[in-house]
Amino acid sequence: MTEAHSQRPGVEIEFRSVTKTYPGQDTPAIDNLSLTVPAGDICCLVGPSGGGKTTAMKLVNRLIDFNEGEILIGGSGVRDVDITALRRDIGYVIQQVGLFPHMTIEANIGVVPRLLGWSADRIKARAVELLDLVRLDQNFAKRYPSQLSGGQQQRVGLARALAVDPPVMLMDEPFGALDPITRNEIQDEFLKLQNEIAKTVIFVTHDIDEAIKMGDRIAVLRQGGVLAQYGTADELLGSPADEYVADFVGADRGLKRLSLRLMRDLVKVSGENHAAPADAPTVKGSATLRTGLSVLFASGSRVLKVTHDDDSATVIGTVTLDQLQDAVYETAPKAPTDVVVAGEA
Amino acid sequence: MSFPTQVIPNFSGPNCAGQFFCWDWVGANWFSVLQPALIQHIWISALAVLFGLVISIAAALYAVRNSWFEKGFSALATFLYTVPALAFFLLMVPITGLNVGTVLIGLTGYTLLLLFANTVTGLRAAPPETIAAADGMGLTRNQVLFKVQLPLALPSIMAGIRIAVVTVISLETVAAQVVQAGLGTPLFNAQRNVFTTGLITTGLLAIALALVADALVVQLQKLVTPWVQARR
Amino acid sequence: MIQYLSDNFSRLLVLTLGHAVLSLVALLISVVVGVSIGAYVGHLRRYSFLAINLGNVLRALPTLALIAVMIALIGFGFVNITIALVVLALPLILTNAYTAVTGVDRGMVEAARGMGMKDLEILFQVELPNAIPLIMTGVRTAWVYTVATAYLAIFAGYATRPGQLGSLGDIIGNPSGEGTTGVLVAAAFAIVLAFLGAGLITLAERAMTPTGIKLSRSAAMAPA
Repeated sequence: MTEAHSQRPGVEIEFRSVTKTYPGQDTPAIDNLSLTVPAGDICCLVGPSGGGKTTAMKLVNRLIDFNEGEILIGGSGVRDVDITALRRDIGYVIQQVGLFPHMTIEANIGVVPRLLGWSADRIKARAVELLDLVRLDQNFAKRYPSQLSGGQQQRVGLARALAVDPPVMLMDEPFGALDPITRNEIQDEFLKLQNEIAKTVIFVTHDIDEAIKMGDRIAVLRQGGVLAQYGTADELLGSPADEYVADFVGADRGLKRLSLRLMRDLVKVSGENHAAPADAPTVKGSATLRTGLSVLFASGSRVLKVTHDDDSATVIGTVTLDQLQDAVYETAPKAPTDVVVAGEA
Repeated sequence: MSFPTQVIPNFSGPNCAGQFFCWDWVGANWFSVLQPALIQHIWISALAVLFGLVISIAAALYAVRNSWFEKGFSALATFLYTVPALAFFLLMVPITGLNVGTVLIGLTGYTLLLLFANTVTGLRAAPPETIAAADGMGLTRNQVLFKVQLPLALPSIMAGIRIAVVTVISLETVAAQVVQAGLGTPLFNAQRNVFTTGLITTGLLAIALALVADALVVQLQKLVTPWVQARR
Repeated sequence: MIQYLSDNFSRLLVLTLGHAVLSLVALLISVVVGVSIGAYVGHLRRYSFLAINLGNVLRALPTLALIAVMIALIGFGFVNITIALVVLALPLILTNAYTAVTGVDRGMVEAARGMGMKDLEILFQVELPNAIPLIMTGVRTAWVYTVATAYLAIFAGYATRPGQLGSLGDIIGNPSGEGTTGVLVAAAFAIVLAFLGAGLITLAERAMTPTGIKLSRSAAMAPA
């Protein structure tokens, strides 16, 4: 895979006091929503059903139109451009995938390019490139959706959304229908891909764990489309704004927070590794603190040896149970350690 | 002919000459011709649908467990619908005689095919998990069929009845060409004489009958299958 | 019967041709009107009462009664029988087209809209290709019904005369003149015509159905 896949990195998306009330309803579905997704970030929208997360996302490509406020993509309002042009320049991925069964995979990927009048050769070349990008074999090009597994279909869904290299992507529970193993795999790959293409992504999910894993930032919505809190996963887990958010991220938020950081960031190097008993358990530096804690508990020891990622014989230092506990209680969300967030492996 | 001889419409009775529509004719012939024809039309239709319903439900209950029967029946259905109805009635005369029974049997045949297909589809439409649940609760195969599958087939059966009723009313007018019965008799009389009053009266009576019957079946449908949301 | 067939063969062929033309005209009108209204209302997913009620009312109208009323209003002839046959065929095609288009996976339509397809692009590039099998089923049924009913032309005053082809109704509607044998033979010609047309429609359906749809249908059948 090369950087050449994307010439158009993400641009900022800004919601400015956006309100949406459906006709015939008294209470708004989205209530005075303001938030900014920095260019190249994944923003996860989470909340209960009825919290308006999907509505908020669909306001961006105007599948639903808002009543008040403004939504800006790269500084220009979504209402200032032609609605068709707007949608064709936003990647759209949904849970049902929505591949067209009557078209080959190649034709599916080529839908928007064809609408935009690309030449057949250019579409073909782009399909080749995108299949490569989503790690599907080239011989899938001439197959039909019904011949693919669910995971493969969603990869095609991703490729189709990326066809014209849009700066912005909307993803509506994209991996929600997949089995846990496939979902995990495709999540990891999408994060890797995002590292290269750096799109600005709005990602709707009802699964807080998925949000913590995928989101650079997470927006928690509550009933009635009110923004409860917007911040990084670490901020949400470390200092939830209120009871509602605390409840939503879960009583085990301490443990979840541990999974945001890696063992190597906590390692004490200064000669203390000699202090560790020879039978102390070992764990890789790239493991999360949560994994470390689990290994520690399973072994009954109070100290862990952290090894080099590629060479488990080289001990780079130790981490103690107290250190792990402190890491849970650390409140300062802006602490330097918080720079390490989900997605960086 | 066992059917009572019908009074030939008396065109010369009331003076209708030159009129497009002549109420006097309708008044003069209502009790002698039109009303009896209408009532007979209703009777024949109702009986044909009723007989068809009883036979098709029995046949469908058998067919759900014997797929050869279903295939054979469906093939026959497809074939019968390609046969011009008038020819069908004519061909039945040597077998059943030139009487109302011929019409009744022929029409029952047509309803059978509609109702049978819909009943079988309905019986098969019961969700497998519903049947599995019934099995799990200890219902026997017959209990599953009668207490679960048959009630769940009702919407489909009712849809079949709806089509059968309007089909029968329509084909019955044609049958009058072979056996004088129902509204088709005064209709053909008016057609032969190009008598506009008769054409409009009998035509509209048959149309009204079909529309009213259709509406009644819809009401019955709502009554019998309250769990099915009426389609707007 | 053989005697009747050999005596009347060329006449039967001409009447069958007339029968086919009559049925085809009615079918084409019904397809144009029925598919346009059915598919568009199905696409809108609104005003469905229009498609459903129009279909139900037309379906309830007895064909012969309609012909009778039309004799009084517009007289005998080709127009009369054609309208009657359109009323017969249209609801079948309309209802199937409507059901077919509303039945297209909503996720797919949503994806199409989200990607920036316009309404007509969604209708023609996404919904109709997926709806073809069911639409063609309606067309096939309508053809069979139309061919089996077109003999009523004789009662609508459309018969063979110079410059007019007539229909098999010339024979089927005249048992006293042609005899039961004649009716039987003419009916057989109508049946063959119905099956031939149905076969051609099936071939057309296969040709029009996109490969991907065929594959997804066979995939859906496969797991028992």
